[in-house]
Amino acid sequence: MENRISPLLVSVLCIGIAILYIPILVLIGYSFNASALVSVWGGFSTSWYTALLHNDQILDAAWLSLKIGVVVSTGSVILGTLAAISLVRFKIFRGRLLLTGMVNAPLVMPEIITGITQLLLFVSMLQVLGWPHRGFTTIVIAHIAFCSAYVTITVQSRLASADRSLEEAAMDLGSGPVRAFIDTTLPSIAPALASSWLLSFTLSLDDLVISSFVSGPGASTLPMVIFSKVKLGVSPDVNALASLMIGLVGACVLFAGYLMRRTERQRILDAQMAER
Amino acid sequence: MTSAINDTHITSPPGPRAEWLKRHGKWLIILPPLLFLLVFFLIPFGFALSISFADTAIRVPPFTDILSVDPDWHIHVTLNLANFKYLFTDEVYGLSYLYSLKTAFFSTVICLLIGYPMAYGIARTSKSTQSILLLIIILPFWTSFLLRVYALEGIIRETGLLNSALLWLGIIAHPLQIMRTSLAVYLGIIYSYLPFMVLPLFATLEKLDHSLLEAAGDLGSPPWRAFLEVTLPLSVPGIVAGSMLVFIPAIGEFVIPTLLGGPDNLMIGRVLWDEFFGNRDWPVASAVAIAFLVLLVGPIAVYQHYSTKQLEA
Repeated sequence: MENRISPLLVSVLCIGIAILYIPILVLIGYSFNASALVSVWGGFSTSWYTALLHNDQILDAAWLSLKIGVVVSTGSVILGTLAAISLVRFKIFRGRLLLTGMVNAPLVMPEIITGITQLLLFVSMLQVLGWPHRGFTTIVIAHIAFCSAYVTITVQSRLASADRSLEEAAMDLGSGPVRAFIDTTLPSIAPALASSWLLSFTLSLDDLVISSFVSGPGASTLPMVIFSKVKLGVSPDVNALASLMIGLVGACVLFAGYLMRRTERQRILDAQMAER
Repeated sequence: MTSAINDTHITSPPGPRAEWLKRHGKWLIILPPLLFLLVFFLIPFGFALSISFADTAIRVPPFTDILSVDPDWHIHVTLNLANFKYLFTDEVYGLSYLYSLKTAFFSTVICLLIGYPMAYGIARTSKSTQSILLLIIILPFWTSFLLRVYALEGIIRETGLLNSALLWLGIIAHPLQIMRTSLAVYLGIIYSYLPFMVLPLFATLEKLDHSLLEAAGDLGSPPWRAFLEVTLPLSVPGIVAGSMLVFIPAIGEFVIPTLLGGPDNLMIGRVLWDEFFGNRDWPVASAVAIAFLVLLVGPIAVYQHYSTKQLEA
């Protein structure tokens, strides 16, 4: 079956990949343009990157986004993993359908609706409970709500394919169920947890729409600052900033992919060992 | 440390606490995510629904209370249907919804036409090439929409790469006006959502049983007929999942029409945003969101149906 791909398929594949990558590569290229005019090539320069280091608005926003990203991805991995365990291990419980729906819905729900509804909740909560104030906290909560969905989907499939015999053996030898899970299954899904942490981090770092709704005065994340600049047109310092962000996200995704692939290979090796 | 505690559990007969844990312990795992998503994802829709029945007011937050209690402890419920009536009287909402539907539909079709051969091609390569190609597709999938739309602007604007190249080649005499047109919005959506189409399609095509195709071939079916009668029907779940993953978010798209579209390209997401941040009319914005959501229930249900089917397969 392999090596029988028609030239037509190859060309469509190449065109598709070119469509996906050319704009990004051009953007990165222009970020090294010495000229302040975005359409004229004025020679190679890294001046736009050094200019970023002196822009307090961008540095503050970047720091805020990174802080949010770390808290969000940690919280999402914990909640998302608990949800995945619930769905894979407890076949029947009251609220299972509800949980399944709430885990899948954020993937297709337009962000603008999620953002608006969450803002209305936070405003009403602040009125009644006096908490939370719009800013860091509300962005973190809103991001966890959609990032944990991605974590659940990732961990769920890994957990479903995990071999339970070791865990059962540990329980036969007298470990409690939690202890047995931590000693045997947790290590085998650890790479999935690590990669979903990285993916949640990139999702949180990239989010514009939800953050714009739930954020308050004085708390502008990096995408919010970029959006307000981009609305005014293409500018060279945004090129540099965008290239940096694409680089960071790309590194996270590649590392996550590497982790997933390594475990996949390990799993196949283990299976081959077991067959012998 | 914990093993010592565990040992005592095993040697001693289970106490009432251990018994309780055994029976209800799973709720310690189920409840945190269930409650969190309930409070911060599902219940907010209830708030939006109730505020869509409120009236605008000049105060913080900018809407009236629906429930009020007077000094005699009578509870008053004031439901204001004017917001929903307004959606039907002001034609901007209907028009923007239709425009969003049209744009999302044609973008989905074009994504499918480009994405299907891509996914099919990837599924036909060897396993090691597959994982590299998938990574190439996934990378932009995770890269910020905002940044990718911005990157696209660098290509299609009047002094962008496309116009420069076409001018240099002598194909056109004047730069093409792509920015601020419907074409730019289509290009933006197709470019941004293509990976969402390819990935679920690949997942179904990869699982396809090749012996069926061989059987069709053995029985004298030409490849194109085998494709139409075997591959295509079997890949329907992937087609539906991919199309919904493009179609549903594309209807609500905000960033693309705002950055690439012109004043005429009013999509529902943009109207919602303007109503909220520009006019600060929260009740009408909530009514728009609720009406929009009601219209999305169908497509979302279709997606859920096919994606759970795919998980079970």
